[in-house]
Amino acid sequence: MRINSRRRSAAVAGGLGLVLALTACMPGDDEGTEGGGGGEAAGSEECEPFEQYGDLGGTTVSVYTSIVEPESVDQEESYDLFEQCTGATIQYEGSREFEAQLLVRIQAGNAPDIAYIPQPGLLQTIVRDNPDAMVPAPDETEANVDEFFAPSWKEYGTVDGEFYAAPLGANMKSFVWYSPQMFADAGYEIPETWDDMIALSDQIVADGGKPWCAGIESGDATGWPATDFVEDVVLRSAGEDVYDQWVSHEIPFNDPQIVEALDEVAGILKNPDYVNAGFGDVTTIATTPWTDGGFPILEGECWMHRAANFYQNQWPEGTEVAEDGDVFAFYLPSMTEGTQPVLGGGEFVAAFDDRPEVQAFQTYLSSDHWANEKAKMTEAGGWVSANSGLDVENLATDFDKLSSTILASPDAVIRFDASDLMPGAVGAGTFWTEMVNFFALDKSSQEVADAIEASWPAS
Amino acid sequence: MTTTPLPPQGVAAREPGETAPEGAGSGRRNGLQRRASIATKKLSSPWASLIAVVIALLWTTPTIGLLVTSFRPEIDIRSTGWWTIFSNPSFTTANYEQALFGGSQSLWTDLINTIVITLPAVVIPISIALLAAYGFAWIDFKGRNFLFVAIFALQIVPIQVTLIPLLTTYVDLGINGTFWSVWLSHTMFALPLAIFLLHNFMKDIPPSLVEAARVDGAGHVKIFFRVLLPLLVPAIASFAIFQFLWVWNDLLVALTFASGLPNVRPLTVRIAELVGSRGGDWFLLSAGAFVSMIVPMLVFLFLQRYFVRGLLAGSVKG
Repeated sequence: MRINSRRRSAAVAGGLGLVLALTACMPGDDEGTEGGGGGEAAGSEECEPFEQYGDLGGTTVSVYTSIVEPESVDQEESYDLFEQCTGATIQYEGSREFEAQLLVRIQAGNAPDIAYIPQPGLLQTIVRDNPDAMVPAPDETEANVDEFFAPSWKEYGTVDGEFYAAPLGANMKSFVWYSPQMFADAGYEIPETWDDMIALSDQIVADGGKPWCAGIESGDATGWPATDFVEDVVLRSAGEDVYDQWVSHEIPFNDPQIVEALDEVAGILKNPDYVNAGFGDVTTIATTPWTDGGFPILEGECWMHRAANFYQNQWPEGTEVAEDGDVFAFYLPSMTEGTQPVLGGGEFVAAFDDRPEVQAFQTYLSSDHWANEKAKMTEAGGWVSANSGLDVENLATDFDKLSSTILASPDAVIRFDASDLMPGAVGAGTFWTEMVNFFALDKSSQEVADAIEASWPAS
Repeated sequence: MTTTPLPPQGVAAREPGETAPEGAGSGRRNGLQRRASIATKKLSSPWASLIAVVIALLWTTPTIGLLVTSFRPEIDIRSTGWWTIFSNPSFTTANYEQALFGGSQSLWTDLINTIVITLPAVVIPISIALLAAYGFAWIDFKGRNFLFVAIFALQIVPIQVTLIPLLTTYVDLGINGTFWSVWLSHTMFALPLAIFLLHNFMKDIPPSLVEAARVDGAGHVKIFFRVLLPLLVPAIASFAIFQFLWVWNDLLVALTFASGLPNVRPLTVRIAELVGSRGGDWFLLSAGAFVSMIVPMLVFLFLQRYFVRGLLAGSVKG
């Protein structure tokens, strides 16, 4: 009996000791005291545009994005004025695992206040699978978007007739990078039409060079740079109406017009006379990192490399991106006279809470005020927006100004990256892998299109 | 009371890995020695040495390549392999500078976060598992075996399955995004194996020791701290190394529960972000990887004695 009771009390004592030791490490509630008093400190003139948001002192808005350093530094700096003037604190968090982690957080009831979603397809998935998670954009935000953005941009942030997410930054993917010096030395002109571009390629071959270089390796997303090329060509050869039908699967993926576009791509990227300058034969396209795909231009081995505007930040340090510098880009020409198709991308600001500070921040991000603020903060360049209130002069580099001008041009027919709009199984799945097979295994255009069509989820 | 410590010390002096059975006859011991000498002879043949050297080279080459790469200039990393260093040597510490101090927050802060995460995530499961293992080994209660099997069966639950339910619970408790959620998660995931290993080791301690202590008037607490704990040091050390390496290198648990906020995120999360939003800075990974490798490597080098010994003692023997 005695042993028994002693035993029990010992066990209890041991357990208690452990619990005490563990609770002693509990973090205190000493966070969140800063940022409250800053409301009136900032200059009154700078803060005038923020009066509409009211005093948000002591509040915090959490932002979750796929933008990590170094780009995130400029992002965070562009919120400083908002924080100073309204007193709210923006808690920024970027992760490369954003797409997967966002879904985990939503399902666990731990959604951030605001998320920048880079794919309209993901936006739709979230709204349809978790009907209560995302809240529609407030009226002020919608008014901003109506005022500053083209209707197609608003459309991408709308799900089933309800407007959720305003566009943030934009990508402009219809670019061909080249070396102005090499072009000048050889006496080549920048091609104005698609046929000019093919003629120029043939000219380069005749002069003993290899015109194109490319790389589509990108870790577990290998293949995406090639999907952009295909999309650009579909937009040019078949037109934007067919493009829309293709994205929404009103026409099958192996429609003859799409196969024709794939053939057009093969005519450039699978032409052994054209590629792969500086790397080797056609199959090296599949194994070359997309970040390095254009580097042979710097060594004078490659003439043209089709890549998006954000390729600007991939050039090695010390490369001068300018019309009279080491590299620059021209608009990927259209196939028909008088149209200017542009393949674009971008992030959308979705909110998971409707507290006043969240709505205020959402509205601020959709305004021309923020777009200009962000442009000024991005000293090194590499950021543009489709916001028509953005003053081009605030952009840092000539190249960003060019991107922005094309995006804002009234002739521009902007279509969003198709692989970001298609269902995940295709847009982030077979479209990528089949493009790898297209190059690595030399699959024909028809075979590739058939394989992707077969993988399209039945709905 | 004060006489009890003697016997355990005598046992502790003996190497746990080489405890010869007390009752073994001299003939059996001769046989053992003969076999040992045959094995020694076989293992020390020149061929065996050659194979060992080749394996060692094969295993070290990628690590050396990584080390060499981490000191090469960016443009060289992107264009050629590390082996070209022999014909065209050029070194720089720029990668380390950029990896360590290039971000808005230096890598040291993340290193400290990792340490803050790792130490409790090693100490807490071992403390709990020691108590549990003692209970399973030396306290007779109803359903003991069933409970023990049930706990070890939890080992087969994949942690990925538990992520969302656990995160939901943490959100309800209000501790998500703090160190607490990471410590607790690592503790939960470690406990089944920890209890199993330590229990097996405790079972191997001769019951006569515990009985002798009990006759001398020692209770459970005294037996646990004075008799068993000194004997358990190798087993504890071996599991601590396991758990340390696992927690130090963990990305999934930290990413899910600690979130990527700079004040809690560990080194692994930071290194995963080093490559930049679009993966353009992948050349920094080799330098980042080496920074995160240094501490576990030191721990392993200093504690590897226990590593091998404790493993044999805990699970294989008996």
